[in-house]
Amino acid sequence: MKIREIATLLDAEVLCGEQMLEEEVQNACGSDMMSDVLAYVKDQGVLVTGLVNSQVIRTAMMMDMHCVVFVRNKRPSPEMVELAKENHIALLASESRMYEACGKLYQHGLGSEGC
Amino acid sequence: MAESLKFHFDVDGDNFTSAGAASVEVKRKLRQLGFPAEVIRRVSIAMYEGEINMVVHARGGVADVYVEPNCITIVLADQGPGIPDIDLAMQEGYSTAPDNIRALGFGAGMGLPNMKRYTDEMKIDTVLKKGTTVTMKVYI
Ligand SMILES: Nc1ncnc2c1ncn2[C@@H]1O[C@H](COP(=O)(O)OP(=O)(O)OP(=O)(O)O)[C@@H](O)[C@H]1O
Ligand SMILES: [Mg+2]
Repeated sequence: MKIREIATLLDAEVLCGEQMLEEEVQNACGSDMMSDVLAYVKDQGVLVTGLVNSQVIRTAMMMDMHCVVFVRNKRPSPEMVELAKENHIALLASESRMYEACGKLYQHGLGSEGC
Repeated sequence: MAESLKFHFDVDGDNFTSAGAASVEVKRKLRQLGFPAEVIRRVSIAMYEGEINMVVHARGGVADVYVEPNCITIVLADQGPGIPDIDLAMQEGYSTAPDNIRALGFGAGMGLPNMKRYTDEMKIDTVLKKGTTVTMKVYI
């Protein structure tokens, strides 16, 4: 699935990484616990989370993820957006709740391998 | 890369926001040096977990990374409270992290087991009230 399709499906605002919207991602992972995310080394392209702090971006960086989706209309700080930009991670913000966001992505073919 | 390289970082214990910055820097350097992506990921995740532990449990510390052509060694040393029972601390799900840390997305009790899983060798030296040194090695 393209990052652009994720943004469309979740009616999400693109906070940074517009140039990455055509990139393909194979699977995703939804969690508010960063240590759980870090426990699975697989090629997850997307992190869906309701947690907002700079460790979310660093966790995504450590896992070589390409995109972070903030649910429940959470907004990252300008510093977080800057950190994401520097490290080529697209940030999306959606009003969907976690369950709904993950469900929509899963239903449209974004798997969860390794999550 | 013929000779070995050494990187040193001070890890600030008062600043959760900057925690992990040393691991990010190491990841960047290993990329520049051309190590395989899988090796870089294992090293940086293990170091990141250890760095967060120093900030969350031990008021910060120092990180030293030694890069050799066939081995990367990470040494994380703090002067925190020490770990009373290493076997217990190594169990998945065991955590003494308070609720405010859990609200920040950590404290699942997965860090030490993750560090062990992602590295080829891991050694913990700890003395109560004196501090903890975690040494990890990843072979290429
Ligand atoms: N550097 C340290 N100094 C003192 N105690 C530590 C240190 N590192 C870990 N511990 C102790 O070991 C426990 C388990 O650590 P571990 O990293 O596995 O889990 P956690 O940090 O509590 O949660 P998580 O890593 O999942 O966010 C910690 O809760 C803490 O009690
Ligand atoms: Mg930990």
